[in-house]
Amino acid sequence: MLDTAKTRWHPIAASSDLPFRHVFHAQLLGREFAVWRADDGYVNAWENRCLHRGVRLSIGINDGRELKCQYHGWRYSNRTAGCTYIPAHPADAPARTITNRTYPAVERYGLVWSAEEPVDEVPAVSGLAEGDLLVLRGIPLNAPADLVADRLKDYRFQPSGRLDGAEADVTVEAAGAFSAALCSRDGDAATLAVFFVQPVDSGRSVIRGVLDSRLEGAERLAVLRHHNELLSKLRDTLERDAAQMPAPAPIEPVIERVSPELAEMPEATPHGRKAAIRVQVARKWAAADGIAGFELRPIKGLLPTFQPGAHIDVHMPNGLIRQYSIVNGPGESDSFGIGVKLERDSAGGSSCMHETVREGDVLAISEPRNNFPLRRDAVKTIFVAGGIGITPLIAMAQALKNQDLAFDLHYFAQNEAQLAFPERTGTLGMALKPHLGLSPEQTGAKLREILSGYRPDTHLYLCGPGPMLEAARTIAAELGWPETAVHFEYFKNTKVIDDSSSFEVALARSCMTLTVPAGRTILDVVREAGVDMPSSCEQGACGTCLATVIEGEPDHQDVYLNDAEKRSGTKIMTCVSRAKSARLVLDL
Amino acid sequence: MSNTALCSDDVLLNDWHVVADLANLSAEVPFRTRLLGIDLTIQAGRRHGRDVVRDDSGEAVASEIRYGFLWACLGTPDRAIVGVPEAGETDRHLVTGGSIAVKVSGLRAVENFLDMGHFPFVHTGWLGDEPHTEVAPYKVEVTEADELLATECRFYQPVASPTASEGFVVDYVYKVIRPYTVALYKSNPVQKDRLDVITLFVQPVDEENCVAHPFLCYLKDGIDAAIVRSFMQLIFAQDKPILENQMPKRLPLDPRAETPIRADAVSVFYRRWLRDHAVSYGAIPART
Repeated sequence: MLDTAKTRWHPIAASSDLPFRHVFHAQLLGREFAVWRADDGYVNAWENRCLHRGVRLSIGINDGRELKCQYHGWRYSNRTAGCTYIPAHPADAPARTITNRTYPAVERYGLVWSAEEPVDEVPAVSGLAEGDLLVLRGIPLNAPADLVADRLKDYRFQPSGRLDGAEADVTVEAAGAFSAALCSRDGDAATLAVFFVQPVDSGRSVIRGVLDSRLEGAERLAVLRHHNELLSKLRDTLERDAAQMPAPAPIEPVIERVSPELAEMPEATPHGRKAAIRVQVARKWAAADGIAGFELRPIKGLLPTFQPGAHIDVHMPNGLIRQYSIVNGPGESDSFGIGVKLERDSAGGSSCMHETVREGDVLAISEPRNNFPLRRDAVKTIFVAGGIGITPLIAMAQALKNQDLAFDLHYFAQNEAQLAFPERTGTLGMALKPHLGLSPEQTGAKLREILSGYRPDTHLYLCGPGPMLEAARTIAAELGWPETAVHFEYFKNTKVIDDSSSFEVALARSCMTLTVPAGRTILDVVREAGVDMPSSCEQGACGTCLATVIEGEPDHQDVYLNDAEKRSGTKIMTCVSRAKSARLVLDL
Repeated sequence: MSNTALCSDDVLLNDWHVVADLANLSAEVPFRTRLLGIDLTIQAGRRHGRDVVRDDSGEAVASEIRYGFLWACLGTPDRAIVGVPEAGETDRHLVTGGSIAVKVSGLRAVENFLDMGHFPFVHTGWLGDEPHTEVAPYKVEVTEADELLATECRFYQPVASPTASEGFVVDYVYKVIRPYTVALYKSNPVQKDRLDVITLFVQPVDEENCVAHPFLCYLKDGIDAAIVRSFMQLIFAQDKPILENQMPKRLPLDPRAETPIRADAVSVFYRRWLRDHAVSYGAIPART
């Protein structure tokens, strides 16, 4: 009987099956895998179907950072397999939980190993030294793996140094249910060959042989040919014998169902202001004059999927919580990069990051949230960054660059030394357009020049200091840009919040009516009543605590919604905004 | 294996299905095909009408000729062949688009026909082009005639039809008429107030194989029948390899089997409509 234990490691590919930007179609115990290597070297082994419509991902496109499904262009991130973009809905950030099923993938002995639910490590094989091996061509055959492993014990071959002989003495050094280690000796020549049998399905296998020493040139070819001929003969006999036996029923792997939230389509909401992830500061460096760069690596496991424009909450040693945009390009999923500018009038957030936090320190961060999603259906995208406002736009620009979509990144700063993350902006080529040392008047004139001649299918993304954003939004409106094409993110809400009103809030779905007194926020009162609400900046800038207004007139005090959204009265930022009417009905 | 399972859905057994394009039948050689898992032989030689005979029993099944196709019904027909009113208009080319065998459930082929989101990726440069990928909201309803209707479908297409010279936003209406029959109406580029119609008759060969028989009713104005046909074949040839890489091959009706998005509203309705009509052949039933 074939041992179908899901806990056992098996080879599913040779390392050489994963050349540059290829996607390899593998199969183990009936289950198909899409196996691909990202440009950073990471090997991904995923269930071979897109969660959307079940199309095989092995026919997808590996762009070095993400895997793109051929059917609807959904993009899945290196490492996490989380969906980062759904082209049919370019204005929405995909729910972070749209994540493909992943399996472990470990490279060892020139092979890629996997298992559905592995225990321990890939087994160590005595006599095989990593890096000094010769991997034979995988031999696929129509025969059950247990039969193949059993017959391999009788495999006879010549040691690599004496292929012309015929008198080799072959001994079985070790044998298991899916492997056989054989040593061939002829005179003073000896070769150890270890064969692993990959159970593709109940009746199909791949023989993956590894020899104990690397060879080059003609000698290598001769050895490969020697084994290819012998293994092909073995295959013929094995297939003939297997055909005489009753065909085993194919293994039908269970395809897991997606979560109920995904099946119903409303986006899954992240809850609360939680810091679920612990990261270590792997590197801290001067990303520019006055700006510290931080590379945050997970203490264990993988970081969650992020999308360009996303931010994280960083919980600092002094108890403060601040939001920072992730600067990573697509597929850079092994760490999060952020940039922190030292604020002269810091309330303790940026100074703590600059002065207290050091390499090796452990910080708590939230999952990434994307309230500044990037459309990728524009014919041209214009990014305008002021100072540290570059951070979300760097991530966006790298994403468009990766997809060969047209964009310009206008970067306003005082001087060259203040241009942050040059190692990232440097990859953008001519699309990066720095504007240095301009006065507010000169900045306005430059913005007028950049934003003149609005054309349909152009989108504008702004991030920078408040006054610059106000100026850019006004100029864009004057030059005919529709509000739907202008996207912005403020660092903070500098408005003075008027919390003197008192009013009633009815929660339509939770069937509750609450009173919000002067001095307290809707968010506070709703949470106190036991309704879980996500939040992040809690000052009306980031967009996380958005709620839908069903009835009543909101008193907007945030800087997240655009003017049209505010006028429509259908959305409210519950952390700062209040009611002009005596009562608000919210869809909560 | 499921592809040898026999059909027990009365709604399919007692309905008409296309089994051959008449243009593919020879006067000398019998034509062999399969419908709902039953092997059939279409006898050669008869000038009017063709006998369709079951290989297992040797009995002839009900058959008719319509729209240039041969139709068969394995049971007792309880309704007429799908009506295509536009086929009666004399200023239209009536073209069969070639019978395309696809190794997937016919229900998956119907769902693909209803889908706009794949245009830029599968029909690149023809029915769609990156970065124009957005699927705007549209309306879906079940009509009084118990058909599924999707209206106000709009999509940017670089070469929407064989005669289009530049890209424009095309209006579509989709209608699912029967479980394996779906129609598409799109505005004619010359006579803007009239619609070109493509009806896709999908022959359920077995649960995991189908033959798609497109039937095109295009206004003759400014276009040859041969061009209509070759355009359809180009488009379908682009769909075939994608459809044949869908797993599982049968259409899952469980809402949690796959991940729908708003753009998929019509397929969400289609899957629900199939459940409501107790169609199980070619489908994986929902878990209860």
